[in-house]
Amino acid sequence: MTASTATTGRPDRVTGTPFTRALGIVTLVGVLWLSWFGLFVTPADVNQGESVRIMYAHVPGAWLAYLAFVVTGISSAAYLWRRTRSLTWDRIAGASAEIGVLFMGISLVTGSLWGRLTWGTFWTWDARLTTTAFLFVTYVGYLAVRNLGGSHHQRARRSAVLALLAVLEIPLVHFSVELWNSLHQEASVAGNTDVTMDGLMLFTLFLGVIVFTLMYVWLLLHRQRALALQDLVDDTGLDLAIAARRAEVG
Amino acid sequence: MRSGTLAVARAIARRDLLVEWRSRVVTNQVIPFAVLVMVMFAFALDSDAVLERVAPGLVWLATIFSVLFLTARSFAVETADGALDAMRSAGVNPVAIFLGKSVAVAVQLLVLDVALVVAAVVLYRADVSLGGGVLLVTTILVATTGLASVATLYGGLAAGTKGRETLLPLLLLPVVAPVLIGATRATESAFGTNGIAVSEGWPWLGLLAVFAVLFSVVGAVAFGPLVDE
Repeated sequence: MTASTATTGRPDRVTGTPFTRALGIVTLVGVLWLSWFGLFVTPADVNQGESVRIMYAHVPGAWLAYLAFVVTGISSAAYLWRRTRSLTWDRIAGASAEIGVLFMGISLVTGSLWGRLTWGTFWTWDARLTTTAFLFVTYVGYLAVRNLGGSHHQRARRSAVLALLAVLEIPLVHFSVELWNSLHQEASVAGNTDVTMDGLMLFTLFLGVIVFTLMYVWLLLHRQRALALQDLVDDTGLDLAIAARRAEVG
Repeated sequence: MRSGTLAVARAIARRDLLVEWRSRVVTNQVIPFAVLVMVMFAFALDSDAVLERVAPGLVWLATIFSVLFLTARSFAVETADGALDAMRSAGVNPVAIFLGKSVAVAVQLLVLDVALVVAAVVLYRADVSLGGGVLLVTTILVATTGLASVATLYGGLAAGTKGRETLLPLLLLPVVAPVLIGATRATESAFGTNGIAVSEGWPWLGLLAVFAVLFSVVGAVAFGPLVDE
Protein backbone atom coordinates (compact mmCIF):
# COMPACT_ATOMS: atom_id res chain seq x y z
CA MET A 1 0.00 0.00 0.00
CA THR A 2 1.32 3.44 -0.79
CA ALA A 3 0.78 6.78 0.90
CA SER A 4 -1.50 8.03 -1.82
CA THR A 5 -3.99 5.18 -1.46
CA ALA A 6 -4.16 5.84 2.26
CA THR A 7 -4.94 9.53 1.88
CA THR A 8 -7.19 9.41 -1.14
CA GLY A 9 -10.60 7.85 -0.91
CA ARG A 10 -11.18 9.51 2.46
CA PRO A 11 -13.97 12.01 1.77
CA ASP A 12 -13.36 13.88 5.05
CA ARG A 13 -9.86 14.97 3.94
CA VAL A 14 -10.88 18.04 2.00
CA THR A 15 -9.97 21.66 2.60
CA GLY A 16 -13.49 23.04 2.21
CA THR A 17 -16.03 23.48 5.01
CA PRO A 18 -19.52 25.05 4.91
CA PHE A 19 -17.92 28.27 6.17
CA THR A 20 -15.26 28.42 3.44
CA ARG A 21 -17.84 27.57 0.79
CA ALA A 22 -20.04 30.45 1.95
CA LEU A 23 -17.00 32.71 2.16
CA GLY A 24 -15.96 31.63 -1.33
CA ILE A 25 -19.37 32.54 -2.75
CA VAL A 26 -19.39 35.92 -0.99
CA THR A 27 -15.86 36.58 -2.31
CA LEU A 28 -16.83 35.64 -5.85
CA VAL A 29 -19.86 37.93 -5.74
CA GLY A 30 -17.59 40.66 -4.33
CA VAL A 31 -15.07 40.21 -7.15
CA LEU A 32 -17.83 40.48 -9.75
CA TRP A 33 -19.23 43.58 -8.03
CA LEU A 34 -15.75 45.11 -7.86
CA SER A 35 -15.07 44.35 -11.53
CA TRP A 36 -18.40 45.86 -12.56
CA PHE A 37 -17.87 49.02 -10.50
CA GLY A 38 -14.17 49.28 -11.29
CA LEU A 39 -14.47 48.76 -15.02
CA PHE A 40 -17.86 50.30 -15.89
CA VAL A 41 -19.60 52.28 -13.17
CA THR A 42 -16.79 54.51 -11.89
CA PRO A 43 -15.80 57.46 -14.07
CA ALA A 44 -12.42 57.86 -15.76
CA ASP A 45 -10.05 60.17 -13.89
CA VAL A 46 -9.61 63.78 -15.02
CA ASN A 47 -5.81 63.47 -15.12
CA GLN A 48 -5.13 59.75 -15.39
CA GLY A 49 -7.97 58.80 -17.73
CA GLU A 50 -8.97 55.13 -17.93
CA SER A 51 -5.70 53.96 -16.36
CA VAL A 52 -7.07 54.94 -12.94
CA ARG A 53 -9.02 51.65 -13.03
CA ILE A 54 -5.79 49.72 -12.43
CA MET A 55 -5.86 51.24 -8.97
CA TYR A 56 -8.88 49.15 -7.92
CA ALA A 57 -6.77 46.00 -8.20
CA HIS A 58 -3.38 47.54 -7.36
CA VAL A 59 -4.17 49.18 -4.02
CA PRO A 60 -6.16 46.25 -2.56
CA GLY A 61 -3.45 43.87 -3.83
CA ALA A 62 -0.74 45.82 -2.04
CA TRP A 63 -2.91 46.01 1.09
CA LEU A 64 -3.46 42.25 0.99
CA ALA A 65 0.28 41.59 0.62
CA TYR A 66 1.15 43.78 3.60
CA LEU A 67 -1.63 42.15 5.64
CA ALA A 68 -0.33 38.70 4.67
CA PHE A 69 3.24 39.56 5.73
CA VAL A 70 2.02 40.95 9.05
CA VAL A 71 0.10 37.69 9.63
CA THR A 72 3.24 35.73 8.75
CA GLY A 73 5.21 37.73 11.31
CA ILE A 74 2.60 37.29 14.06
CA SER A 75 2.12 33.55 13.44
CA SER A 76 5.89 33.05 13.39
CA ALA A 77 6.16 34.74 16.78
CA ALA A 78 3.25 32.60 18.02
CA TYR A 79 5.10 29.47 16.89
CA LEU A 80 8.34 30.50 18.59
CA TRP A 81 6.59 31.35 21.84
CA ARG A 82 6.66 28.14 23.87
CA ARG A 83 3.10 28.33 25.16
CA THR A 84 1.51 28.66 21.74
CA ARG A 85 3.92 26.39 19.85
CA SER A 86 1.90 24.53 17.24
CA LEU A 87 2.55 23.57 13.64
CA THR A 88 -0.75 25.23 12.76
CA TRP A 89 0.92 28.61 13.37
CA ASP A 90 3.77 27.57 11.11
CA ARG A 91 1.37 26.56 8.34
CA ILE A 92 -0.58 29.80 8.69
CA ALA A 93 2.72 31.70 8.41
CA GLY A 94 3.71 29.73 5.32
CA ALA A 95 0.33 29.95 3.62
CA SER A 96 0.12 33.66 4.36
CA ALA A 97 3.60 34.31 2.93
CA GLU A 98 2.72 32.44 -0.28
CA ILE A 99 -0.41 34.55 -0.74
CA GLY A 100 1.54 37.69 0.16
CA VAL A 101 4.25 37.00 -2.44
CA LEU A 102 1.61 36.33 -5.10
CA PHE A 103 -0.26 39.56 -4.43
CA MET A 104 2.88 41.63 -3.95
CA GLY A 105 3.93 40.37 -7.39
CA ILE A 106 0.54 41.35 -8.80
CA SER A 107 0.66 44.82 -7.28
CA LEU A 108 4.26 45.38 -8.48
CA VAL A 109 3.21 44.49 -12.03
CA THR A 110 -0.03 46.51 -11.96
CA GLY A 111 1.83 49.39 -10.29
CA SER A 112 4.50 49.55 -12.95
CA LEU A 113 1.91 49.35 -15.73
CA TRP A 114 0.01 52.21 -14.10
CA GLY A 115 3.27 54.12 -13.65
CA ARG A 116 4.08 53.70 -17.34
CA LEU A 117 0.68 55.11 -18.32
CA THR A 118 0.64 57.93 -15.77
CA TRP A 119 4.27 58.93 -15.17
CA GLY A 120 5.63 57.57 -18.44
CA THR A 121 7.97 55.20 -16.64
CA PHE A 122 7.66 51.64 -15.35
CA TRP A 123 9.77 52.26 -12.28
CA THR A 124 11.01 55.07 -10.07
CA TRP A 125 13.51 54.68 -7.22
CA ASP A 126 10.99 55.95 -4.72
CA ALA A 127 11.59 54.61 -1.19
CA ARG A 128 8.20 52.94 -0.95
CA LEU A 129 8.55 51.21 -4.30
CA THR A 130 12.08 50.06 -3.64
CA THR A 131 11.20 48.72 -0.19
CA THR A 132 8.25 46.88 -1.72
CA ALA A 133 10.55 45.20 -4.24
CA PHE A 134 12.90 44.19 -1.39
CA LEU A 135 9.94 42.88 0.59
CA PHE A 136 8.96 40.75 -2.39
CA VAL A 137 12.46 39.26 -2.79
CA THR A 138 12.82 38.73 0.97
CA TYR A 139 9.66 36.63 1.13
CA VAL A 140 10.61 34.73 -2.03
CA GLY A 141 13.72 33.77 -0.03
CA TYR A 142 11.55 32.90 2.96
CA LEU A 143 9.50 30.52 0.81
CA ALA A 144 12.71 28.95 -0.53
CA VAL A 145 13.83 28.28 3.06
CA ARG A 146 10.47 26.70 3.87
CA ASN A 147 11.10 24.15 1.13
CA LEU A 148 14.52 23.10 2.41
CA GLY A 149 13.19 19.89 3.93
CA GLY A 150 13.93 18.35 7.30
CA SER A 151 11.37 17.67 10.00
CA HIS A 152 8.25 19.80 10.31
CA HIS A 153 9.42 21.43 13.52
CA GLN A 154 12.85 22.08 12.00
CA ARG A 155 11.18 23.81 9.05
CA ALA A 156 8.88 25.70 11.41
CA ARG A 157 11.66 27.02 13.67
CA ARG A 158 13.94 27.97 10.80
CA SER A 159 11.27 29.82 8.88
CA ALA A 160 9.83 31.48 11.99
CA VAL A 161 13.24 32.91 12.91
CA LEU A 162 13.70 34.04 9.32
CA ALA A 163 10.29 35.74 9.29
CA LEU A 164 11.15 37.65 12.46
CA LEU A 165 14.51 38.66 10.94
CA ALA A 166 12.58 40.03 7.97
CA VAL A 167 10.49 42.14 10.34
CA LEU A 168 13.76 43.69 11.59
CA GLU A 169 15.34 44.11 8.17
CA ILE A 170 12.52 45.76 6.34
CA PRO A 171 12.45 49.01 8.38
CA LEU A 172 16.26 49.23 8.08
CA VAL A 173 16.12 48.74 4.32
CA HIS A 174 13.30 51.29 4.05
CA PHE A 175 15.21 53.81 6.17
CA SER A 176 18.42 53.44 4.16
CA VAL A 177 16.63 53.64 0.82
CA GLU A 178 14.88 56.77 2.04
CA LEU A 179 18.22 58.31 3.03
CA TRP A 180 19.70 57.30 -0.32
CA ASN A 181 16.68 58.62 -2.17
CA SER A 182 16.82 62.01 -0.45
CA LEU A 183 20.01 62.66 -2.44
CA HIS A 184 18.31 61.84 -5.73
CA GLN A 185 15.35 64.19 -5.78
CA GLU A 186 15.31 64.33 -9.57
CA ALA A 187 14.18 60.70 -9.67
CA SER A 188 10.91 61.26 -7.84
CA VAL A 189 8.28 61.39 -10.53
CA ALA A 190 5.70 60.52 -7.90
CA GLY A 191 5.15 64.16 -7.04
CA ASN A 192 1.57 65.22 -6.51
CA THR A 193 -0.52 62.08 -6.53
CA ASP A 194 -2.49 63.18 -3.50
CA VAL A 195 -5.52 64.41 -5.34
CA THR A 196 -8.99 64.49 -3.84
CA MET A 197 -11.02 61.52 -5.00
CA ASP A 198 -14.50 61.20 -6.31
CA GLY A 199 -16.88 59.56 -3.77
CA LEU A 200 -17.76 56.64 -6.02
CA MET A 201 -14.09 55.98 -6.79
CA LEU A 202 -13.27 56.03 -3.10
CA PHE A 203 -16.12 53.61 -2.41
CA THR A 204 -14.91 51.22 -5.13
CA LEU A 205 -11.40 51.33 -3.70
CA PHE A 206 -12.82 50.58 -0.25
CA LEU A 207 -14.90 47.75 -1.74
CA GLY A 208 -11.71 46.39 -3.34
CA VAL A 209 -9.94 46.32 0.02
CA ILE A 210 -12.83 44.41 1.62
CA VAL A 211 -13.18 41.95 -1.26
CA PHE A 212 -9.44 41.29 -1.35
CA THR A 213 -9.40 40.77 2.43
CA LEU A 214 -12.20 38.18 2.12
CA MET A 215 -10.28 36.55 -0.71
CA TYR A 216 -7.20 36.46 1.51
CA VAL A 217 -9.06 34.73 4.35
CA TRP A 218 -10.55 32.23 1.90
CA LEU A 219 -7.18 31.45 0.30
CA LEU A 220 -5.45 31.28 3.69
CA LEU A 221 -7.92 28.76 5.14
CA HIS A 222 -7.69 26.50 2.12
CA ARG A 223 -3.94 26.77 1.74
CA GLN A 224 -3.31 26.21 5.44
CA ARG A 225 -5.41 23.04 5.36
CA ALA A 226 -3.73 21.88 2.17
CA LEU A 227 -0.35 22.32 3.87
CA ALA A 228 -1.61 20.33 6.87
CA LEU A 229 -2.63 17.53 4.50
CA GLN A 230 0.77 17.75 2.83
CA ASP A 231 2.45 17.32 6.22
CA LEU A 232 0.14 14.39 6.93
CA VAL A 233 1.14 12.75 3.65
CA ASP A 234 4.81 13.21 4.60
CA ASP A 235 4.24 11.65 8.03
CA THR A 236 2.01 8.76 7.08
CA GLY A 237 4.02 8.13 3.94
CA LEU A 238 7.10 7.42 6.05
CA ASP A 239 5.14 5.32 8.56
CA LEU A 240 3.61 3.28 5.77
CA ALA A 241 6.96 2.75 4.12
CA ILE A 242 8.44 1.55 7.43
CA ALA A 243 5.43 -0.75 8.01
CA ALA A 244 5.76 -2.17 4.51
CA ARG A 245 9.47 -2.77 5.03
CA ARG A 246 8.80 -4.50 8.36
CA ALA A 247 6.14 -6.70 6.74
CA GLU A 248 8.66 -7.64 4.08
CA VAL A 249 11.32 -8.57 6.64
CA GLY A 250 9.02 -10.23 9.13
CA MET B 1 30.26 30.85 31.18
CA ARG B 2 30.78 34.20 29.44
CA SER B 3 34.54 33.95 29.43
CA GLY B 4 34.15 30.33 28.29
CA THR B 5 32.04 31.46 25.34
CA LEU B 6 34.62 34.06 24.35
CA ALA B 7 37.46 31.55 24.66
CA VAL B 8 35.59 29.08 22.43
CA ALA B 9 34.78 31.88 19.95
CA ARG B 10 38.47 32.82 19.84
CA ALA B 11 39.44 29.19 19.27
CA ILE B 12 36.92 28.89 16.41
CA ALA B 13 38.10 32.13 14.81
CA ARG B 14 41.72 30.99 15.10
CA ARG B 15 40.91 27.62 13.60
CA ASP B 16 39.01 29.17 10.66
CA LEU B 17 41.83 31.60 9.96
CA LEU B 18 44.39 28.82 10.25
CA VAL B 19 42.43 26.74 7.72
CA GLU B 20 42.42 29.75 5.40
CA TRP B 21 46.09 30.47 5.99
CA ARG B 22 47.01 26.93 5.02
CA SER B 23 44.61 26.52 2.11
CA ARG B 24 45.15 30.08 0.76
CA VAL B 25 41.72 30.09 -0.85
CA VAL B 26 41.17 33.78 -0.06
CA THR B 27 44.54 34.99 -1.30
CA ASN B 28 44.71 32.70 -4.32
CA GLN B 29 41.07 32.68 -5.43
CA VAL B 30 38.72 35.18 -3.77
CA ILE B 31 40.95 38.27 -3.99
CA PRO B 32 41.88 37.56 -7.64
CA PHE B 33 38.16 37.08 -8.32
CA ALA B 34 37.28 40.43 -6.72
CA VAL B 35 40.02 42.27 -8.63
CA LEU B 36 38.89 40.55 -11.81
CA VAL B 37 35.38 41.88 -11.18
CA MET B 38 36.88 45.39 -10.92
CA VAL B 39 38.62 44.89 -14.29
CA MET B 40 35.41 43.58 -15.85
CA PHE B 41 33.54 46.68 -14.60
CA ALA B 42 36.13 48.76 -16.45
CA PHE B 43 35.40 46.84 -19.67
CA ALA B 44 31.64 47.23 -19.18
CA LEU B 45 31.66 50.92 -18.31
CA ASP B 46 34.46 51.86 -20.70
CA SER B 47 35.09 55.42 -19.55
CA ASP B 48 37.67 56.84 -17.12
CA ALA B 49 35.28 59.57 -15.98
CA VAL B 50 32.44 57.14 -15.30
CA LEU B 51 34.77 54.72 -13.51
CA GLU B 52 36.09 57.47 -11.25
CA ARG B 53 32.52 58.47 -10.46
CA VAL B 54 31.30 54.95 -9.63
CA ALA B 55 34.52 53.55 -8.09
CA PRO B 56 33.17 53.54 -4.47
CA GLY B 57 30.06 51.60 -5.45
CA LEU B 58 32.09 49.09 -7.43
CA VAL B 59 34.44 48.48 -4.50
CA TRP B 60 31.46 47.58 -2.32
CA LEU B 61 29.68 45.56 -4.98
CA ALA B 62 32.82 43.49 -5.47
CA THR B 63 33.04 43.11 -1.67
CA ILE B 64 29.45 41.89 -1.41
CA PHE B 65 29.91 39.38 -4.26
CA SER B 66 33.02 38.11 -2.54
CA VAL B 67 31.25 37.79 0.82
CA LEU B 68 29.06 35.14 -0.79
CA PHE B 69 32.13 33.06 -1.64
CA LEU B 70 33.84 33.66 1.69
CA THR B 71 30.75 32.60 3.62
CA ALA B 72 30.11 29.56 1.45
CA ARG B 73 33.74 28.56 1.95
CA SER B 74 33.55 29.20 5.70
CA PHE B 75 30.63 26.79 6.06
CA ALA B 76 31.81 24.26 3.46
CA VAL B 77 34.75 23.65 5.81
CA GLU B 78 32.24 22.98 8.62
CA THR B 79 29.76 20.77 6.82
CA ALA B 80 32.18 18.71 4.71
CA ASP B 81 32.94 16.41 7.64
CA GLY B 82 30.01 17.29 9.89
CA ALA B 83 32.07 19.62 12.12
CA LEU B 84 29.12 21.92 12.78
CA ASP B 85 26.93 19.02 13.96
CA ALA B 86 29.83 17.66 16.01
CA MET B 87 30.32 21.01 17.74
CA ARG B 88 26.60 21.32 18.44
CA SER B 89 26.34 17.82 19.86
CA ALA B 90 29.45 18.45 21.94
CA GLY B 91 27.47 21.25 23.57
CA VAL B 92 29.39 24.16 22.08
CA ASN B 93 27.43 27.37 22.61
CA PRO B 94 26.03 28.53 19.22
CA VAL B 95 26.80 32.11 20.26
CA ALA B 96 30.49 31.14 20.36
CA ILE B 97 30.28 29.48 16.94
CA PHE B 98 28.58 32.56 15.52
CA LEU B 99 31.07 35.01 17.02
CA GLY B 100 34.10 32.92 16.07
CA LYS B 101 33.05 32.44 12.48
CA SER B 102 31.96 36.10 12.12
CA VAL B 103 35.33 37.33 13.32
CA ALA B 104 37.15 35.00 10.91
CA VAL B 105 35.01 36.17 7.98
CA ALA B 106 35.49 39.81 9.04
CA VAL B 107 39.29 39.45 9.10
CA GLN B 108 39.29 37.91 5.61
CA LEU B 109 36.99 40.69 4.38
CA LEU B 110 39.35 43.33 5.75
CA VAL B 111 42.22 41.87 3.72
CA LEU B 112 39.97 41.73 0.67
CA ASP B 113 38.84 45.35 1.08
CA VAL B 114 42.41 46.60 1.31
CA ALA B 115 43.11 44.84 -2.00
CA LEU B 116 39.97 46.34 -3.55
CA VAL B 117 40.80 49.89 -2.43
CA VAL B 118 44.28 49.50 -3.90
CA ALA B 119 42.66 48.22 -7.10
CA ALA B 120 40.33 51.26 -7.15
CA VAL B 121 43.29 53.63 -6.69
CA VAL B 122 45.30 51.93 -9.42
CA LEU B 123 42.56 51.10 -11.93
CA TYR B 124 39.96 53.81 -11.35
CA ARG B 125 42.22 56.70 -10.29
CA ALA B 126 40.53 56.96 -6.92
CA ASP B 127 42.30 59.42 -4.65
CA VAL B 128 42.46 59.26 -0.85
CA SER B 129 43.50 62.23 1.28
CA LEU B 130 44.66 61.88 4.90
CA GLY B 131 41.22 62.83 6.35
CA GLY B 132 39.57 60.64 3.74
CA GLY B 133 41.84 57.78 4.78
CA VAL B 134 40.60 57.92 8.38
CA LEU B 135 37.00 57.86 7.15
CA LEU B 136 37.77 55.03 4.73
CA VAL B 137 39.42 52.84 7.36
CA THR B 138 36.52 53.40 9.79
CA THR B 139 33.99 52.65 7.04
CA ILE B 140 35.76 49.43 6.10
CA LEU B 141 35.96 48.30 9.74
CA VAL B 142 32.31 49.00 10.54
CA ALA B 143 30.86 47.80 7.22
CA THR B 144 32.95 44.64 7.38
CA THR B 145 31.69 43.86 10.89
CA GLY B 146 28.07 44.17 9.75
CA LEU B 147 28.62 42.20 6.56
CA ALA B 148 30.47 39.40 8.35
CA SER B 149 27.73 39.07 11.00
CA VAL B 150 24.81 38.95 8.61
CA ALA B 151 26.66 36.68 6.18
CA THR B 152 27.55 34.23 8.97
CA LEU B 153 23.94 34.21 10.16
CA TYR B 154 22.49 33.39 6.73
CA GLY B 155 25.47 31.23 5.76
CA GLY B 156 24.73 29.04 8.80
CA LEU B 157 21.12 28.73 7.70
CA ALA B 158 22.05 27.77 4.14
CA ALA B 159 24.92 25.47 5.22
CA GLY B 160 24.39 21.83 4.36
CA THR B 161 21.10 22.43 2.55
CA LYS B 162 20.26 21.54 -1.01
CA GLY B 163 20.85 24.44 -3.37
CA ARG B 164 22.86 26.45 -0.82
CA GLU B 165 24.92 28.11 -3.57
CA THR B 166 21.83 29.86 -4.89
CA LEU B 167 19.94 30.18 -1.61
CA LEU B 168 22.60 32.27 0.13
CA PRO B 169 22.63 35.12 -2.45
CA LEU B 170 18.82 35.17 -2.50
CA LEU B 171 18.68 35.55 1.28
CA LEU B 172 21.72 37.75 1.77
CA LEU B 173 21.66 40.32 -1.02
CA PRO B 174 18.38 42.03 -0.04
CA VAL B 175 19.52 42.27 3.58
CA VAL B 176 22.88 43.91 2.85
CA ALA B 177 21.34 46.74 0.81
CA PRO B 178 21.81 49.21 3.73
CA VAL B 179 25.53 48.34 3.84
CA LEU B 180 25.91 48.85 0.11
CA ILE B 181 24.16 52.23 0.35
CA GLY B 182 25.92 53.45 3.51
CA ALA B 183 29.40 52.20 2.68
CA THR B 184 29.25 53.50 -0.89
CA ARG B 185 28.23 57.00 0.23
CA ALA B 186 30.90 57.09 2.93
CA THR B 187 33.55 55.87 0.49
CA GLU B 188 32.48 58.51 -2.05
CA SER B 189 33.31 61.15 0.56
CA ALA B 190 36.60 59.45 1.39
CA PHE B 191 37.58 59.37 -2.30
CA GLY B 192 36.25 62.90 -2.82
CA THR B 193 34.13 61.65 -5.73
CA ASN B 194 32.34 64.55 -7.46
CA GLY B 195 33.94 66.93 -4.95
CA ILE B 196 31.96 65.54 -2.00
CA ALA B 197 33.56 66.67 1.28
CA VAL B 198 34.98 64.13 3.72
CA SER B 199 32.71 65.47 6.49
CA GLU B 200 29.61 64.47 4.50
CA GLY B 201 30.63 60.81 4.74
CA TRP B 202 30.60 60.52 8.52
CA PRO B 203 26.78 60.49 9.01
CA TRP B 204 26.59 57.33 6.85
CA LEU B 205 28.79 55.63 9.43
CA GLY B 206 25.77 55.87 11.74
CA LEU B 207 23.72 53.69 9.42
CA LEU B 208 26.60 51.21 9.09
CA ALA B 209 27.09 51.13 12.87
CA VAL B 210 23.37 50.48 13.51
CA PHE B 211 23.51 47.64 11.00
CA ALA B 212 26.68 46.15 12.51
CA VAL B 213 25.40 46.28 16.09
CA LEU B 214 21.93 45.02 15.17
CA PHE B 215 23.15 42.00 13.23
CA SER B 216 25.92 41.14 15.67
CA VAL B 217 23.40 40.97 18.51
CA VAL B 218 20.51 39.46 16.57
CA GLY B 219 22.87 37.05 14.81
CA ALA B 220 24.24 35.78 18.12
CA VAL B 221 20.68 35.16 19.35
CA ALA B 222 19.21 33.73 16.13
CA PHE B 223 22.15 31.60 14.97
CA GLY B 224 21.41 28.75 17.39
CA PRO B 225 17.75 28.21 16.40
CA LEU B 226 18.65 28.58 12.70
CA VAL B 227 21.37 25.91 12.58
CA ASP B 228 19.92 23.62 15.23
CA GLU B 229 18.92 20.12 14.25
